[in-house]
Amino acid sequence: MTMIGKSVKRVGIEEKVSGAVKFAADMKFANALHVKFVRLDVGHARIKAIDTSAAYMLEGVHFILTAADFPIPMPRYGPFLIDQPIIATGETKFFGDPVAAVVAETENIAEQAAKLVKVDYEELPGVYSLEQALAPDAPLVQDPSIRVNPSLANTNILDEWIFGWGNPDNCPAELELEDSFNFPMTTHFAIEPHVFIAEPEHDGVVITSTVQHPFLLQRVVSDALKMPISKIRVIVPELGGGFGGKGYPKFEPLMAFLAMKLQRTVRLKLTLEETFLVGRRNSSTVRVRAGFQKDGKLAYMKVYADFLIGAYANASPRVVAKGALAGCGIFNPKNVHIHSRAILSHTVPGTAFRGFGAPQFMWALDSIMDMAARKLNIDRLEIRLKNIPQKGEVFIHGEKVCDGDWAEGITKAAKAIDWGKPLPQNCGRGLGIGVKTPAPATVSQAMVRLFSDGSLTLLVGTTEMGQGARTVLSQLAADAMQIPMEHISIINGDTGIVPFDSVTASSRSTVFVGNAVQLACQDLKEKLRKITAECFDTDASDVRFENGKVIIPGKVLTYTDVLVAHYGYGSGEVIGMGTYKEARNPDHPLGGGVSFYEVIFAGAEVEVDKETGFVHVRKLVTVGDIGKAINPLLVESQDEGGAIQGLGHSIMEHLIMDERGRILNLGALDYRIPTTQDIPDILKSMLVENMDGSGPSGAKGTGESGIIPIGSAIGLAVADATGVFFHDLPLTPESVWQGLNIH
Amino acid sequence: MENQAIYSISLIVNQKPYSIKVLPEHTLLDVLRDQLDITGPKECCGVGECGACTILMNGKAVNACLILAVEADGSNLVTIEGLGGKDNLSPLQQAFVDAGAVQCGFCTPGMIMAAQYLINTNPNPTEEDVRLGLEGNLCRCTGYSRIIQAVLSVAQNKEHNVP
Ligand code: FES
Ligand code: FES
Repeated sequence: MTMIGKSVKRVGIEEKVSGAVKFAADMKFANALHVKFVRLDVGHARIKAIDTSAAYMLEGVHFILTAADFPIPMPRYGPFLIDQPIIATGETKFFGDPVAAVVAETENIAEQAAKLVKVDYEELPGVYSLEQALAPDAPLVQDPSIRVNPSLANTNILDEWIFGWGNPDNCPAELELEDSFNFPMTTHFAIEPHVFIAEPEHDGVVITSTVQHPFLLQRVVSDALKMPISKIRVIVPELGGGFGGKGYPKFEPLMAFLAMKLQRTVRLKLTLEETFLVGRRNSSTVRVRAGFQKDGKLAYMKVYADFLIGAYANASPRVVAKGALAGCGIFNPKNVHIHSRAILSHTVPGTAFRGFGAPQFMWALDSIMDMAARKLNIDRLEIRLKNIPQKGEVFIHGEKVCDGDWAEGITKAAKAIDWGKPLPQNCGRGLGIGVKTPAPATVSQAMVRLFSDGSLTLLVGTTEMGQGARTVLSQLAADAMQIPMEHISIINGDTGIVPFDSVTASSRSTVFVGNAVQLACQDLKEKLRKITAECFDTDASDVRFENGKVIIPGKVLTYTDVLVAHYGYGSGEVIGMGTYKEARNPDHPLGGGVSFYEVIFAGAEVEVDKETGFVHVRKLVTVGDIGKAINPLLVESQDEGGAIQGLGHSIMEHLIMDERGRILNLGALDYRIPTTQDIPDILKSMLVENMDGSGPSGAKGTGESGIIPIGSAIGLAVADATGVFFHDLPLTPESVWQGLNIH
Repeated sequence: MENQAIYSISLIVNQKPYSIKVLPEHTLLDVLRDQLDITGPKECCGVGECGACTILMNGKAVNACLILAVEADGSNLVTIEGLGGKDNLSPLQQAFVDAGAVQCGFCTPGMIMAAQYLINTNPNPTEEDVRLGLEGNLCRCTGYSRIIQAVLSVAQNKEHNVP
């Protein structure tokens, strides 16, 4: 019986609805000391002196860590560039940058003591916006001596990426449009705040962390603290949401350092407010210049994107580069120039956030398409259909060809919102397209252990954060071995036990880890085949696997029969290993090519109250080009969740900073995410399944895609309803009202 | 911090009596999670805005992060653990399973308790009522629509009594 395409219930859901599942904050660590940070109320400052004497007087304070506890130069860490000091040294470079860490008996004492640490500092001018960071006399965010690209070391441009083909500079067009579109800085707001625990163990350290990428963390801590990878064990409990915000190392190097130094278990639990200070989406300005023929066909496109990244690189270089790779979305003009830059600033490090750099580009690209459609008097669906590739067609030059039936997808989305039918007054419709490519050149390994009773344990490095990886990967193993789900266990989230996986990100797990699981099951079958041939005196080529049975001429055996024949009753197991690895290409700006396109289409219908500027989203639909949904329920619900996150950055969410770089809306009171009252009357996610992906059964990845086209769909529905094109998300009532009235 | 007052309070949590000592600054959420190891109620915002810590206190849905433990002396509390364990789920818990209303599950305990209160006080809510009743419970994963469906499906059933 196939397990592919079955909406089996989420693995562990009973534990989740009964409150039994233990998240990191629920776990008890005997005799742990607690850590709290000392921070300054400014964006950028020079640290003159830190006086810890009063704080040390408090009973229960064990240690106060500052830069002085580290060798010179201060060890640094980072996933792609090693630029972030373990604790602020000399300067704080962003609001919330910790200058000291207090370690005490209880959280309460640590908090009291943190308030008693006196920091003498001098506020410095900072750059908090693209304009400020790019001004000719702007202060440099990073010391030129640690910059890797010498030609840019004396600017705030961390790096830049240029893609292009054809001859966009000299390309005749009947309509030329140019405009800029801004995308807000937003925060992930996982409902579970981050937790970090480090325990010394023998000559190593065990880190329990709310981290999506345990193996990447292991490597980063190893580099930063000069410890062998084998001495660092990373344990990841189920995560209460990640969305990229828990992807990359944060305070784990610091916590590991403390645990080793004090030889005590240390625990740090962030408040929700503090989670705003450890990562956020890169805000951006994307300028598009596009030439169209009269029939709506794109002649050329030039796309210039500036992303405001933070004080340290974190994942931003990848965010910006990968966004730029698909900088024309799925549109296929023959003449293209894309130039994308990562701009340093004195702000919280930008990091991965569901969709990476894609929503930023799509908001600009879809807007230009609608503007052109209006000018050329062409239907907005039609202009898109004219400019998207057919399956098999090249659209990003040098990359994988179009791998989906994208006209089918966008037409389905348009139909679902009754495209073309009349609407009441003040209502409008919009379409959005999302595309993203997965992390290139990554590695996933999987292990399957078949026990003597025919049950199986699957071990993978994927983190479960609500996306459903444990379920889908179990389904794939159940399908490959034809073992019922109830007899399968999955173990993940412990680098000491499970095999390697690069990252739990970029919607890659179903495809890459899924392929590794299938390879592991194949390996297991080959071993079983060999054993069966030996024990039952038959030819290996005569051994077949069917419906969870091992078939040899004249006999149907169970897995148990084979294991018992080989090892004796109740002992031994057979282990299969699978490794799936993407090709590396050192000449590729991203280190490797595209394995599949994560493409999604969205349609929105909104009603705008012109008196108040309030946008009510009546309908929001998505159509994911999923290849094959291994578990349709999980795919659809991922897309719905992504869409509502997208609704957040479309009409409500943005971080606001004052002129000193301080975030003004920290926390749930002032930073509003969608509630049950904000969601559309109708929310629907649909799929196109043409088995054309590179994963198991032709699956492609999903998970991120839901968020990507929503800014476009809602924003352009507002433009349709009001006749006014907006350039800045989110479309809060104030901004819509201003757009309608100050014109 | 030295000569701090310590109070003795008694609570009934999920039908079990407890007598405990608490500090004046301890919230009910601290006491449940840290002292009683009842970790179903979660902490996200700590300021009454997310609903992750929702429990029933004397039959009313409250944010446990907003209530001082001393104020709760003598109360009867129900947390998610009191609705049903993983092998004997309550109808509402089962409805969340059936509707696929759970992703990461971090908001779920609070969400279910808020929904239980809603059903206890309004056995036949409309979709509008459900949206209003769950407004104070944030979920960043699901987009809410399956949560709303789960609650409505139970509401249309009959058996949803709670201690
Ligand atoms: S933690 Fe209590 S309402 Fe958010
Ligand atoms: S399921 Fe993750 S926050 Fe609701």
